[in-house]
Parts: sequence; structure tokens; C-alpha cells
Amino acid sequence: MTTINLTINGNRQTLDVPPMKRLLDVLREDLHLTGTKEGCGEGECGACAVLLDGDLVNSCLVPALQTNGSRICTIEGVSTEGRLHPIQQCFLERGGAQCGICTPGMILATHHLLDKYLNPTMEQIQEGLAGNLCRCTGYMRIFESVQEAAKLTTIQT
Amino acid sequence: MRSDVTQFALTAPPSLAAVLATLANDPGQHTLLAGGTELMVALGVGRLTQKSLLSIHHLRELRFIGLDDDAIHIGSGTTFTDIRRSKAIAADLPLMAQSASWTGSVANQNRGTLGGNICNASPAADTPPALLAYGATLTLVSASGTRTIPYSDFHLGYKKTALRPDELLHTITVPRHFAGYRHYIRKVGTRNAQAISKIALAALAKLDGDVIADIRLGAASLADRPVRCSAAEAALTGQSLSPQNLDATIRAARAALASEAKPIDDIRSTAKYRAAVAGNLLEDFLRSLMSE
Repeated sequence: MTTINLTINGNRQTLDVPPMKRLLDVLREDLHLTGTKEGCGEGECGACAVLLDGDLVNSCLVPALQTNGSRICTIEGVSTEGRLHPIQQCFLERGGAQCGICTPGMILATHHLLDKYLNPTMEQIQEGLAGNLCRCTGYMRIFESVQEAAKLTTIQT
Repeated sequence: MRSDVTQFALTAPPSLAAVLATLANDPGQHTLLAGGTELMVALGVGRLTQKSLLSIHHLRELRFIGLDDDAIHIGSGTTFTDIRRSKAIAADLPLMAQSASWTGSVANQNRGTLGGNICNASPAADTPPALLAYGATLTLVSASGTRTIPYSDFHLGYKKTALRPDELLHTITVPRHFAGYRHYIRKVGTRNAQAISKIALAALAKLDGDVIADIRLGAASLADRPVRCSAAEAALTGQSLSPQNLDATIRAARAALASEAKPIDDIRSTAKYRAAVAGNLLEDFLRSLMSE
């Protein structure tokens, strides 16, 4: 076991975990933050995507030890005080979510994309979300949700 | 079956010197873990055989892009995202920038490192063809010293490399004197985004009129390791691409490439398809040289 200090969604946490435990499992099992989903478990599908020090990562591929001292934002940290983040609101209104398994990863990938590009082109949206697989929507409604979110000028975390 | 994570040791030595000392003390007993985009996949499916791992992802001294007049020096811990952000790499080494951009998704580019891509030694890896075409050199360090080798001497066989058990890949040095060259890189996979290559070709050529003065070809999935296609290079050097000679030059080049290609059948493709498409990519490149 190893002791790691993390800031998760703004809250400081100290945990004793096996150093190779996947961040995904630390989030779900130790912190009971079950919004982050497991899809493929091999970094292909993006269902487990979170922000690690502001960078989009697949939490199934990050060992707990490497998160020591870092800031992590999960889907639970995207909305504030019960209010949906504009990205979430756009996914809701534009039909960007169906079964919901891919949605937390899609929202965080969109967050990361809009941090990089204020007005992403369709190509940039498609590349930014290429690591997030959805088996329901056919993607067009997701891309439209992202375009709508990009139009809202203030993106708050 | 997932691995039992409690059976693995992972530590983060405080410095590069500490990592090298640990490797020197028990050579072969530890595996280096950088961005985790390969080893953590193996862990997830229960195929990680190495029980003791050393994390090097936090070592800032391995994460840099340095420039001098002759070359770009890339630290092994540099991520694909770092490579894509580098203006110097985009300007001087477009094949590197392109191959970094199609190495997995954004999330994997944020974690995966150039050193990991090289040392994992997959024959299908995305950056080796470009590094081979550019004639990169590798600086390997250990507690007992430093050595520099041509990258073309690094891969010895399927997943076998020249890295000694006590060594770490420190720097990838890529010459930047390709201003007069034409660049080409193409990856063929099942889809555009995030696919593992069935075949990939990176190519550079310098022309003197219609004649090929210099040509450099690097390929993925053409053999059990990333390879430089020296037989095809030899068949093309000094040859003419003029309209009267183009077809004959292409035929000779395809024959030379076929003679050195040793592709395999696997879940992604067949040897026959790989050999045929590699020839098509080379022909596509050669025809593109004459199209402007």
C-alpha cells in the first residue's frame, strides 16, 4: 500500500491504496465516485476519461501512484451546486446522451476540447472526441451538442 | 481476467540517478513505467508479467524538446501532445508531427511518451517509421555511462531491442536538415481514428531534376520490427522519375521492397495484403513526386 494525496473535484483526500491500482478503481471503489464508467478497460473507449491536472486522461490507464499530488476533475465535479454545466445542458437539450455510459467521458473530453479551442471546427471536435466511443447516438447529436456548448462564451468549471 | 493489483510493486524514484542506480543493482528485475498506455492495458487484461515497476513519468529531466542548428533533441518522457505542440517539430519534422497526431486518442497522447513508443518495440508503432526515415539516433544512459546508437540498430527482432537491462532511453535526436526534401507519410488501418496500423510508410526524398538524389524509407508492420527499407532505397537512388522512366523505376522499386518485406499474418491483416499495400504506398509516393 502507498499513501497518496489528491485534490478531487476541489476536495483534498488522503488515501492508502495499492500503487498499481487503476485511478478508475480508486475513484469508483475508494471514493464512491461512480459517475466515471468502465467501458473497455484498455484506453480505447474513453468512458473512464477524467481531467488530471487539466489534461484529459483515461483513468483505466493511470496507476494510483502517478496521481499523487495531482488535481482530478470527474463528472461529479463538472456541475456546481446542483446546476448543470453549460456543456451538460447542451448534451441534454441536443440529445447528446442516450444510455449515458459514454456521457461522462464525452463531457470531460468536450471540456478539455473547449479549454484548447474556443471555437473548434467540426474536424477539431471529431478529433477531440475520437477517443470516446458511443454505441447509441451515431455521434451527430454529440457533435451538435459540442458545437452548441462552444457557442456559449463562458465556460465555467 | 484482470490482474490482482496488490501483486505488483510500483515506486517512483526521486531522480533519474536513483532510477539508474536501481536498474544497475538488480538488472532485469524492474520495468520502467512512463505514461502507462501500454503496460496498464496489459495489467487490465491480466497479461502484465513484470511484478516490479519503476515510475518515470514524473521525471522532468526526461521531458524536453531541445533545439540546436543540426538537430532536435527529444527527451524520452516527452508526450505525443508535447510533440504536437512543438512549432520546431511541425516546421522541420512534419512526419514526426503527423505520426504523433495519429498515435491513439487525445487522452492517450496526453499520457503516452515517445520513449515508450520506441521501447515498447511494437512493429506497428506509429512514430518509428518517421524516426527511421529521418535517421534518428538514440542516447541510452545507465549508471555506468552513456552511449549513442543509430535508431536503425535499436530493434533486433520482435519486441527485442538493443537496450541493456540496466539502461534507459534518454534522448531521441533527429537531424533537422531536410528542408529540400519531399515528405510523405501514410498509415493504413481499419479506420482513420485510433486504429493500429496494418501497414505504414514514412518517406523522404530529395530530387535533382527528375533524378532521385536521396531517398529514405521507414515502415511499420512490414516485418517483425520497425524497419528502414534499404533495398528499395538502393534501387531508387540515382534513378530517374521522368515520364519515360517512371514506370520502370516504380517496377524496380516495388520489386526491391517486396524482396526485403517480411510481413506476417495476424488479427489485423495478412502478409499478402501488407506486402501489396506497402508497394502501393511507395508507388503513391513516387508518383506524387512528379505530380507538381
